[in-house]
Amino acid sequence: MRNHRRAVLLLEDGTRFEGFSFGHESSTAGEVVFNTAMTGYPESLTDPSYRGQILVTTYPLLGNYGVPPRREKNDVSEYYESDAIHCRAIIAQDYSFDHSHWQADRSLAQWLQEEKVPGVFGIDTRALTKHLREHGSMLGKIIIEGDNENDIDFYDPNKENLVAEVSCKNVETHGDGDKTIVLVDLGVKHNIIRCLTRRGVKVIRVPWDYDFTSIPYDGLFLSNGPGNPDMAEKTVINLRKAIEIGKPICGICMGNQLLAKAAGASTYKLKYGHRSHNQPVRRAGTNSCYVTSQNHGFAVDNNTLPADWEPLFINMNDGTNEGIRHKTKPFFSAQFHPEASSGPKDTEFFFDEFIDAINKSLQSKL
Amino acid sequence: MNQHNIQKVLLLGSGALKIGEAGEFDYSGSQALKALKEEGISTVLINPNIATVQTSDGFADKIYFLPVTPYFVEKVIEKERPDGILLAFGGQTALNCGVSLFQSGVLDKYNVKVLGTPVQAIMDTEDRELFVHKLDEIDVKTIKSEAVNTVDDALNAAARLGYPVIVRAAYALGGLGSGFCDNETELIDLASKALSFSPQVLVEKSLKGWKEVEYEVVRDRYDNCITVCNMENFDPLGIHTGESIVVAPSQTLSNEDYHFLRKLAIKIVRHVGIVGECNVQYAFDPESMDYRVIEVNARLSRSSALASKATGYPLAFVAAKLGLGYGLFDLKNSVTKVTSAFFEPALDYIVCKIPRWDLGKFHGVRREIGSQMKSVGEVMAIGRTFEEVIQKSLRMIGQGMHGFTGNRDFSIDNIDKALAEPTDKRIFVIAKALQEGYSVERIHELTKIDRWFLFRLANIVETNREMEQHDSLDTLPDDLLKQAKSQGFSDFQIARAIFKNNMNNHAAASSDSVRAHRIKQGITPVVKQIDTLAAEYPAQTNYLYLTYNGSTNDVEYLHDHRSIVVLGSGAYRIGSSVEFDWCSVNALLTVKQQGWRSVMINYNPETVSTDYDMCDRLYFDELTYERVMDILDLEQPKGTILSVGGQIPNNLAMRLDSAGVNIFGTTAKSIDNAEDRNKFSAMLDRIGVDQPRWRELTSFDDINKFIDEVGYPVLVRPSYVLSGAAMNVCSNDDELQRFLRLAANVSKEHPVVVTEFIQNAKEIEMDAVAKNGEILAYAISEHIEFAGVHSGDATIQFPPQKLYVETMRRIKKVSSKIAKALNISGPFNIQYLAKNNDIKVIECNLRASRSFPFVSKVLKINFIDLATRVMLGLPVEKPHKNAFDLDYVGIKASQFSFSRLQGADPVLGVDMSSTGEVGCIGDDTDEAILKAMLSVGLRLPQKGILLSTGSPRQKADMLDAAHLLHKHGLKIYATGGTHAFLTDNGIPAIRVYWPSQDDMQPQALQLMQNHEIDMVVNIPKNLTPTELSNGYKIRRAAIDLNIPLLTNARLASAFIRAFTTRSQDFIEIKAWDEY
Repeated sequence: MRNHRRAVLLLEDGTRFEGFSFGHESSTAGEVVFNTAMTGYPESLTDPSYRGQILVTTYPLLGNYGVPPRREKNDVSEYYESDAIHCRAIIAQDYSFDHSHWQADRSLAQWLQEEKVPGVFGIDTRALTKHLREHGSMLGKIIIEGDNENDIDFYDPNKENLVAEVSCKNVETHGDGDKTIVLVDLGVKHNIIRCLTRRGVKVIRVPWDYDFTSIPYDGLFLSNGPGNPDMAEKTVINLRKAIEIGKPICGICMGNQLLAKAAGASTYKLKYGHRSHNQPVRRAGTNSCYVTSQNHGFAVDNNTLPADWEPLFINMNDGTNEGIRHKTKPFFSAQFHPEASSGPKDTEFFFDEFIDAINKSLQSKL
Repeated sequence: MNQHNIQKVLLLGSGALKIGEAGEFDYSGSQALKALKEEGISTVLINPNIATVQTSDGFADKIYFLPVTPYFVEKVIEKERPDGILLAFGGQTALNCGVSLFQSGVLDKYNVKVLGTPVQAIMDTEDRELFVHKLDEIDVKTIKSEAVNTVDDALNAAARLGYPVIVRAAYALGGLGSGFCDNETELIDLASKALSFSPQVLVEKSLKGWKEVEYEVVRDRYDNCITVCNMENFDPLGIHTGESIVVAPSQTLSNEDYHFLRKLAIKIVRHVGIVGECNVQYAFDPESMDYRVIEVNARLSRSSALASKATGYPLAFVAAKLGLGYGLFDLKNSVTKVTSAFFEPALDYIVCKIPRWDLGKFHGVRREIGSQMKSVGEVMAIGRTFEEVIQKSLRMIGQGMHGFTGNRDFSIDNIDKALAEPTDKRIFVIAKALQEGYSVERIHELTKIDRWFLFRLANIVETNREMEQHDSLDTLPDDLLKQAKSQGFSDFQIARAIFKNNMNNHAAASSDSVRAHRIKQGITPVVKQIDTLAAEYPAQTNYLYLTYNGSTNDVEYLHDHRSIVVLGSGAYRIGSSVEFDWCSVNALLTVKQQGWRSVMINYNPETVSTDYDMCDRLYFDELTYERVMDILDLEQPKGTILSVGGQIPNNLAMRLDSAGVNIFGTTAKSIDNAEDRNKFSAMLDRIGVDQPRWRELTSFDDINKFIDEVGYPVLVRPSYVLSGAAMNVCSNDDELQRFLRLAANVSKEHPVVVTEFIQNAKEIEMDAVAKNGEILAYAISEHIEFAGVHSGDATIQFPPQKLYVETMRRIKKVSSKIAKALNISGPFNIQYLAKNNDIKVIECNLRASRSFPFVSKVLKINFIDLATRVMLGLPVEKPHKNAFDLDYVGIKASQFSFSRLQGADPVLGVDMSSTGEVGCIGDDTDEAILKAMLSVGLRLPQKGILLSTGSPRQKADMLDAAHLLHKHGLKIYATGGTHAFLTDNGIPAIRVYWPSQDDMQPQALQLMQNHEIDMVVNIPKNLTPTELSNGYKIRRAAIDLNIPLLTNARLASAFIRAFTTRSQDFIEIKAWDEY
C-alpha cells in the first residue's frame, strides 16, 4: 500500500470529509465549488476564474493523462490558461498515480507539489457535490494530517478583489493585424488571446482598471475573471465610457456581467454556480442550441436589463442569463466560454461574430 | 407537436439474435415504440423474434412475426399503409431492408416517409466508397482503402498499400467477412470468402495499435448537435469494437484530444445529415493527434445501447422523437425531468463493458479475436475506479472467474505470444504476466494496450500480493481491506488471498467469514445513483449501482418491506438470452401492477430489464451471492424472485435460502431436489416416473460395465473437461476411449455421468405454472428433430401436431406428479423423451424456461404474469383456454451464427450452439415453418440442392422430401450413397463428389462456388468424429459461401415439404392479434 498522509475537508457548516493527500502537503482554505467536467484539469487549475476556490471534480478519476509541459507560444502559455495554478486545492475521488499521455512531462501530483497546491483524493465527491447542491457553495478548509484545524481560518474569496489579483499589471500586446482590439484582462484565459490573435488582429491587453478609452481601438473585449462582479466597479466606469464611444464591445463570463452592470442591470450569486462542460444554452428567439463550457458563480438578472438591451442566450436548464446584447448597437457578450479550453468548442463562432461586428462598424465609417 | 403529422408508423426489428446483432435492438425498438406511443401514434412492428420484449402486448399496436426482408415488409406495408417507417432501430437487418425498399421504389409507391436520417445519408455511410468521398468533401481523414470486386484486384491494392492490410465487406453486419492479412496467402483466402458475402470488398492499410475511440452523436432537424457519450477501447485497433473491452468515458484522452474528436464527430454528422442518432468510430494515434475515421453507423447500434446504459441518456427514445420532427430543445432529460434533453451527460463514475464469448461450444473454431466479431453477449459494470469496474465485469461475464486475480491457475506455454496474439482469454494472460513479473512497459510493447490501463491492472495484482502476506483476517489491516474493496475485490478473492489453498473445499464458508469480518469493521458498499448530470441536479429515477468508493447512500431506505426484488439473467450467452429478459420484464410489470415496489438486479446493457423505466429501482450490478446479499441487506424486501432470470439466479437459491432470504415461489430445497441429479433421480423412482438409465461413475471399468448393460450409444458428461465440448455422444468403444482420454478426467474427484441415449425418440417440452404443487397452466410442445439435438437448437412446434393423445395424457399426468412431489409454486419446465407412448423425463427446471415467451405468445396466456401472481401469493384462477382450442400453429426455429465463427463445424449436437431464435405463427405447420425458416435467414433454392443424407434410415426419412424436390423442378445433386439410393427409388439426381475424391468430377465444392447449388442438406450419419470430419468441408463451405444449410433430416424434410407445397406468395400476412 502506498502511504499517504490523511487530509480532511472541513466545511463551514461543520461537515467533514476524510481523504488522503497527494499534492503539496500544506493546509489551506477557500470556497468549495464543484465542476462536472470529465477532462481538462490542467486548464481548470490554471483558469484565473478559479482564484481562491477549492475545486471538486465530480468525475472520480483524476490525473490519468498527467500534465503537459510548461511552454510558451506567441507570448502565451501553450497548454495552460495562465502562468500559474489559481485554485487553492483540488479534490477527487480517485487519483491516478501513474499517468499516460504522449504530451505529459510530469504527473499532476508533481505539478501540484511544484506549485505548492494541495490535492486530496479518497473523498466521496458525489456526496460532497450533493451537499453543495443542496446547501449552496460554501467555504471550506483542507487540513493535512498533523496540522491543527484551528490554526487555519476559513477564507472567503468573494470578499476580495480577485480581479485585481489576477489581472495583468502592465499593458501588453499580442498578435498583429490591421485591427486593434483592447482586451480588458479581468483574469483572462490564454485561449481567449489565442482565439483573437488567430483571427489576425492586434490585441492590446490592459489591466482591469486601466482607462483604455485613451487607446485608439476598433473593438473592445472583456475577459472572464474570478469572483464577485461588484468588486470590479472601476472597470464598469470605463465601460460606460466605451458604450458612449459606440465601437463594438464583446465580453465573456465576468465580461458579460460587467457589460450588464455598465448597461444598468444587476447581478446575483447563484446557489452553486455553473461549472461544467455540458451547459445547454439557446440563442434567444431561435431554435439554435449550443453545448457550452461554463465556470461562474454569479449571473446577470434578466429582469433588470434596461429596455434597449435583451438576453442573447438563455440557459436551457434553469433559464438563467447566458449572454446579453444591445438591441441596436454592436455590444454583446456571453456568460459561457466560447474559447472553451477546457470544454466543447461549439461556440467559437462567437469570436467571428465579434470580428464581423468590427468589420461592419469600420465599413459604416467609410 | 408531431411535426410531420404522422398517424401510423412501421418499425422494423432485427429478427433473431445473432453474433453482431443481439439484444440491444430489442431495447432500441422498445424505446422507439414507447416514444411513438406517447405521441398517440399507431405502431406496426415486424419482428419474428417472439422472445423479445418489443413483441409483447402493449408495446406495438400491430405485431407481425414475419421475416424482416423486403418481400414481407412490402406485404405488410401494402396491408397496413403506414405513413412513416423507422429503419434505425433494428440493426443492420432493418437498415439493409429499408435501403432496399427505398431503392426498389416501394416506399415511394406506398407513400411511406422515412423518419429520421434520410436514406441517402444511410447509403453515404454504408457504402465505403461513397463514405470516403463524403468525408473527403470536408477534409476529414478516413482509412485509406481501395474497393475491389475480385481477388486479383485485392492483391494489387494490397501491394500498393503495403501489408498488413485489413479486408472488409461492404454492407456487412459487425465485420462479417473482415480480417487482417499479413501476406498474399492470407489475403487470397479472406478476399474470396468476403466476396462471396458481398459484391464489393475493401482493402485498407492496417492501423494496428492505434487507440480506438467512439462518439455517440445526436442531431435534430434544426442542426442542433450533441455527443452523448464517448467510449474508449481497452484493446487497441485491430480488435473489433464488439470484441473489445470498452470503457466510458474515455480514460486516456486529454481535454484537447477529447474535444478535437468530438468537434470532428459533430462536423461529420452535420455533413452527412443525420437526424437522430449516429455513432462515429475513430482510430487515434497514441503518439500524436493524428486520426482516421473508421466508420459511421447511421443507426442505433450496440454502442448506442451501451452508451444509453452508461449515461442514462435514452438515445433510442430521443432518436425516435427527433424522427417525428421534434427539436432536442423540445424534449426533457428523462432522468431529472426538469432539465433539457439538449445536453451532454456528465458521468461521475466509470463503466466497463466486457464481451462474453462462448467459443468453447464450437468444434474447430479459432480462439483468436480480431476484426471480426465472435462474442455472443456483453456485460457492463459501473463503479468509481477502473480497478473496481474491471473486476466487477470480469465476474459478470460468468465464466467462473472471480475477478482479475484469485482465479484458478492456468498454464500458458508462451506468455509473450499469448499477449501479442489476443484470444478471448487475453485479460487473464495479462494477469498472469503481471504476476510473473512482466513490467507494464513490456506488456504494453506486446499488446499496445495503453499503459494507463496496465498500471491500473498492476495495482490490483499488487493489492492481491499485499493481502497474501497475511494468513488471517485478524492481521489484515482495515486500510488494506478497504483498498481491496475499493479496487473491486470480492469476498471470495480476499478469502483466497488470505486462506490460500486452505479454502479449496469450503469456499463459501471462507468468503462468508470475510463478509462477516468486514461488516463488523463497518466496510460495506454504498449505493449511488446515475443521474446524467453528476449530482448537479436531483434525479427522479432510481438507476443505481454499488461501490466501495464512497461514504453515503444516494437512496434513503424506508425498510417498509414493500420491495420485491427480481433477479435478472446476466450476460446473453448461448443457452440464456433475450427470453429471460422477457420473463424478467414481465415479472417486474406484474409486481408493479400489484402495487409493490419493483426492484431489478441485472448487468446486461443489451436488455430491456436494465432500462430504468421498467422498474422502481434498478441495481445495475452483479448477480453474485455477495452483491445480491449487499442489496437485500439494504432493501430488506418482502421477497425475492429468482425463477425468471434463467440459471444464474436459480443457482443462488441454496445460499440465499441459508442466509435467510425469503425466496418467493418454489422453495430452495425443492430447487435443489430438481437440480441435484441423484436426489432428482431418487425422487422419480419414488413416484414411479421413468427416466433414461444413467450412472455417475469414477473408473473406466465401471463405465464399461454400465455400457454393457444399456448398450451404445451413450451420452457422456464428464465433471471436469480438459478441452473441447462438455459432453458427447459416443457410439462405440473407440469413441468413448478417445473422448474420455483426450477430453476429460475420470477419477473419484471427477466422476463421469453416463446416460443411455435413446435413438429416434421424440423430445417434448412441458412449460407450466403451478401453485402449491398443482398445475394451473401448461403448454406441451414437440421438437421437429429427434432427441440428440439440444433443446435450444431444436425446432419446436406448439401446439404439437404429431403427438399421440395418449402421449400427451401421460405427459400431463407425470408432470402433475412431479409438480406435486416438488410442491412447485411458480414457473417450471420438464423435458421428456417419447417413443411409442413411453415417456421418460430428461430434465426438470424449477424456473422459467427458454420457451416461456414462445408458448405464452402463441397461447396468448402470459405464463410469467401468472407465475408472478402465484409467487406473490395472490389468488389465481386457472385459465380456461388450452392448446386444443388453437386453430393455428407456432414454430420456434433457431438462429445460428456459424458464419461468424471461422472454422466452426456447423453441425448440431447435444451441446447448444444457436445464438437466437424466432417464433412464427401460421395456419398450419407448413406455413409456420416456412415463415420461421425464412426468418432465420434461409433462402428458397432456385437452382439446385445438394443432398447427402447420412445413414440408411435418414435416407429413407428424406425420400418423400426428395420426391417433392424433384416434382418441384429443382435439380438434385447427390453424393455417392445418396445418389444410389435416390436412383433406386426413381428420383433423378446428378452424382457429385466429395472433396476427398479430388480426381472425380463434378466436385460438390465447385458447384457450390459457382452457385449452381443454392441449398445444401448434409446429414452426418452419426455424431462420430470421423463422420463429422467427412462432411465438414461441405458444411463449412456452405456457411462460408452463404448457402443455406440443413443438417437434420427431419427439419430438412419439414422445410422442403413446406416450400414445395406452398409458395411464398400464399403466406398469409396476418398480425399476431388476427390469430
